[in-house]
Amino acid sequence: MLAVSAVLGALALALAWPVPVALSRAAWPSRAPAAALALWQAIALAGGLSMIGCLLAFGSAPAGSLPAAIGALAPHLLAGPLPAGFGVTHVAALTLAAAVALLLMLNLALTAVRAERERRRQHQLIDLLSDPLPGAPSTRVLAHPVPLAYCVPGIRTATVLTDGLVEALDHDELAAVIAHERTHLDQLHHLVRLAFRAWHSAIPWFPIANRAERSVVTLTEMLADDGARRAVGTDALSRALERVGDAGESGSYPESPAGANLDAAMLAARLDRLRVDPTGAEDEERDVRSVRAAALVASVALVAVPVIAMIAILGIVP
Amino acid sequence: MASLGELERSVMEVLWTSDAELTANDLRDVLSVRDEPGRSIATTTVLTVLSRLERKGFVTRTRAMRPHRYRALLSREEHTAELMHEVLDRTTDRDAALARFVGTATAGEAATLRRLLDELARS
Repeated sequence: MLAVSAVLGALALALAWPVPVALSRAAWPSRAPAAALALWQAIALAGGLSMIGCLLAFGSAPAGSLPAAIGALAPHLLAGPLPAGFGVTHVAALTLAAAVALLLMLNLALTAVRAERERRRQHQLIDLLSDPLPGAPSTRVLAHPVPLAYCVPGIRTATVLTDGLVEALDHDELAAVIAHERTHLDQLHHLVRLAFRAWHSAIPWFPIANRAERSVVTLTEMLADDGARRAVGTDALSRALERVGDAGESGSYPESPAGANLDAAMLAARLDRLRVDPTGAEDEERDVRSVRAAALVASVALVAVPVIAMIAILGIVP
Repeated sequence: MASLGELERSVMEVLWTSDAELTANDLRDVLSVRDEPGRSIATTTVLTVLSRLERKGFVTRTRAMRPHRYRALLSREEHTAELMHEVLDRTTDRDAALARFVGTATAGEAATLRRLLDELARS
């Protein structure tokens, strides 16, 4: 049991720092965004499970399994003494494991509830303020000069464009923007983003959580770009990105708060990958395919390790 | 018969363009004249729509006298500004609720847009 704890602890440490840092710096995710997104989810899930599993395995080591440890400790929960073999550190580890699991789950629930409330308000406002765009289902136009497009995901979806955007873009560019938002909605990107937002807000002081959330947002944007590309073509999408990307910076307020560079970098990364011919050289294509396969295998393996360990901790396997 | 959603829009249009506070009967009259003749809306329907709008925070009523008088809580422009603020605000969980086109605006643009919105709201 102690060996299991050590393995999970090492895995948790690796997934908390060096692995996500390396992944966020790697160049390949922009060429295989779906595989990279899967890998990020595997890292977050396996990291969380490993951390909790490490504590559980350590805490229940004297009894051999978690159910046995709970059975031994429960009668002494309110009044000591601790049963033979158990020390304060074991009880502390089990308590911490429960606290971490609870914190993560509560945060996820809270973030989901807030997002749902926000979406309900969005629908109320959209219904009253915007008009349907003819020929585009569940797409609405809002009378406002600032060029902007966004979508409201969920059971009931909406894609909202402003007047300003409709005026700034030609027909194909607008179609690209709508296809981009459609892809967000169809691929349920909001669920992945929600999970990473919740993780980030559970541990806001942890720089990797911020980095992970950023990467995930960038990857979902790239996937949505790919959807728009398939539907409308690369040129229209590039033009739309360039136009809307500039739109707010009319120069009247030349200020640049912290974070602006990062967002500009995200836009630049998205434009960069559009410049690469998607049907590029055959070697390149083969590279991407093997990277994608490797990322998927790594994702499955990463999650499998703590899951198998959890089964052992629960005493299901002797 | 128009759907509740369409009626809500119609009621808000009337309230947004009206200077005075209106009763449910006033609203029924305006809406009945605007719609095709011969198709009138029941006052109870208008009251249902008004209570829905009140619950959503679009409408408020003066209870000092009967019948109650209704008016729009905020102007159309203020609600639009609220909507835009919510979309551009990335300091809260809103990023988790929505997805924008360019992620959308860069932080600098978002700040600029917010300032523009504030000015539009004030003017």
